[in-house]
Amino acid sequence: MKRIFPTHPIEEPVIENPWQRLRDFTDARIGLGRAGISVPTKHLLAFQLAHAQAIDAVHTPLDIDGLIENLVSQSWCPKGQPLRLHSRAEHRDMYLQRPDYGRLLNKTSEQSLEDHAYLCDDKYDLAFVIVDGLSAFAIEENLAPFLEELIPKLTNGPVPWRIAPLCLVEQGRVAIGDHIGDLLKAKCVVVLVGERPGLSSPDSMGLYLTWNPKVGHTDAFRNCISNIRTAGLNYPEAARKALYLLNEARSKQLSGVKLKDRTDDSVLEHENHNNNFLITKKL
Amino acid sequence: MANDNTQYRFRHTVGGRTFGFKSLADLMAKATPARSGDRLAGVAAETAEERAIAQMTLADVPLSLFLEDVLIPYEDDEITRLIIDEHDKAAFSVISHLTVGGFRDWLLSDLATPIVLERIRLGVTPEMAAAVCKIMRNQDLILVSKKCHVKTAFRNTIGLPGHLSTRLQPNHPTDDLTGIAASILDGLMYANGDAVIGINPATDNVAQACRLMNMMDEVIQHYEIPTQSCVLTHVTNTIECIEQGAPVDLVFQSIGGTQATNDSFGFNLATLAEAREAALSLKRGTVGDNVMYFETGQGSSLSANAHHNLDQQTCEARAYSVARKFKPLLVNTVVGFIGPEYLFDGKEITRAGLEDHFCAKLLGLPMGCDVCYTNHAQADQNDMDNLMTLLAVAGCTFIMGIPGSDDIMLNYQTTSFHDAMYVRQALGLTPAPEFDQWLIHTNIFSDDQFTLNHKIPAAFEASLKRMLGDH
Repeated sequence: MKRIFPTHPIEEPVIENPWQRLRDFTDARIGLGRAGISVPTKHLLAFQLAHAQAIDAVHTPLDIDGLIENLVSQSWCPKGQPLRLHSRAEHRDMYLQRPDYGRLLNKTSEQSLEDHAYLCDDKYDLAFVIVDGLSAFAIEENLAPFLEELIPKLTNGPVPWRIAPLCLVEQGRVAIGDHIGDLLKAKCVVVLVGERPGLSSPDSMGLYLTWNPKVGHTDAFRNCISNIRTAGLNYPEAARKALYLLNEARSKQLSGVKLKDRTDDSVLEHENHNNNFLITKKL
Repeated sequence: MANDNTQYRFRHTVGGRTFGFKSLADLMAKATPARSGDRLAGVAAETAEERAIAQMTLADVPLSLFLEDVLIPYEDDEITRLIIDEHDKAAFSVISHLTVGGFRDWLLSDLATPIVLERIRLGVTPEMAAAVCKIMRNQDLILVSKKCHVKTAFRNTIGLPGHLSTRLQPNHPTDDLTGIAASILDGLMYANGDAVIGINPATDNVAQACRLMNMMDEVIQHYEIPTQSCVLTHVTNTIECIEQGAPVDLVFQSIGGTQATNDSFGFNLATLAEAREAALSLKRGTVGDNVMYFETGQGSSLSANAHHNLDQQTCEARAYSVARKFKPLLVNTVVGFIGPEYLFDGKEITRAGLEDHFCAKLLGLPMGCDVCYTNHAQADQNDMDNLMTLLAVAGCTFIMGIPGSDDIMLNYQTTSFHDAMYVRQALGLTPAPEFDQWLIHTNIFSDDQFTLNHKIPAAFEASLKRMLGDH
């Protein structure tokens, strides 16, 4: 067993990797170097910080009052006081273990939406459902700037969308949008939700679109746009994709697997120009 | 507790109180060490006492009962049919007289040598493995796993005692080839990648899979690396890739333990048979012909609402009969990926990882483990260190290797290139022998099998200069 431990002299405890400059080309944690064979202290601690931020993203509650205050002050905010709703998951621990509770509104919220639908004659083409999901940071960071890009395009288009008051949900999952859309009798629902945080992306927002929302719909009825954030899919680009999907859904009266997002086709072609530097290509 | 004894199939009386269990499935579920997924399914024991009583009751069940009392009806489920039709009675005869409790004693005893354990493999059903697992402690699972030797091969030999392999997982959120190449280089320089270089594609279609397969094939050929590649796309995509002439080494598929789970994944046993034949026809293996790579994980059946009220560990073990049918090079339980609604914290993830490894090894599978967690689970790097070390002691076939533990595409944390070096050094384990020789010849190892070269090996220097210039 003696050969397990190196016997040759080492000048520095941390050995840097000459390829660490490749980090210019990827967010992956490559070229970290090593202390012996272990991760050097500075990279260990950077990782711990990233993990701490991701955990905080999961457990920090959404500041709903602050969010509503900000939203109603915007010129593009749909008319009507935003509706404050809660799922059947009473707290975060229950939310994490009972996905079924996060997909349905609690009785109070259900009642308040029924009351709203009863008192209000408006017919809605579209309801935005804003859900904390697994990252309240994602909503607090990205929601307002994204809606600022998207909503004016919807209301100023040739056939303006009639948009319901914004719905804000605590302890919700994606499918809760179907429950809400159903109760509001909206033709379409767009859920904006804090996605499961990654180490390099604690603040990623997802968008899920369902035409003709009904409780019990599976993912096959939804279209998704993922990774909406400044360092991911930026707001103008995300709004462009969302507008495309919304218009397609309205003209075809459907959503999900039968509605393909073709806005990416040009991107894939572009990707083919990337090269694999490990190989010298024969010309 | 049982007031009306007639509705119970199994009963156990302790101190004047009688506990009842409706069926074998109910007994199995209630005997399972606590976890969130079984609570979510509503099948878990309601009290700690009920669980302990269930374990005592299960220990008295004869192994032969599992051949008669199938948990999902034979007529309804092709995996039940697979388990029953392919059961080897001669192999079973060695242990056929045992109860579940007696089986635990036998497995731990000196009667169960590696050779004997190999001989009984095809006589053990997934349900027998799952049942005995439920009454074993973590150290029992480790000790018996270590006695189960499972060897497979394609371009190198996986699973020999004293070796630990790694899957190099160079995922990238946009499948950017430069980014993927950078992660492959990083992994190879840290002596990772002997189990497979395997990419989860961000864009999941046939064209993209072919592009990634070609890229990895070029790297493997150019540097003459004795390893294999895999794009983890749907089995039907891989069949199309083969038809289009793509260089497919291993066929991937996520599999579950009930027919309904696999229906929800969009394949059945016939699909896997077709894919395996197609991959074998390419004859790309040099030292063996194990061409399949499967991934599993507790909770997938419940997640697909296809669990038939079985507990998640029993569903998981049934998936291994699917894997076993197709002679895989690698099977990987992605233990912490599914989230806290199935495995709540580090303790539950650790237990599940050891269970899956044990059941798979007992059934004769080359089991590795994606020792991992998501950021919404109650787990951290220390939990991963513990499970990785325990699994390596148990003789785990392979673990993942990823830059700095951070999968920037799938947004979860798994074991790093450094982690693999740690566990190899701490326990004196080496990579697959052919890959090990390549690491030495290429000067990635400097003078022995545990010390990395301080400098860039000559074979890779030109590539790096092309990318970065002369520093």
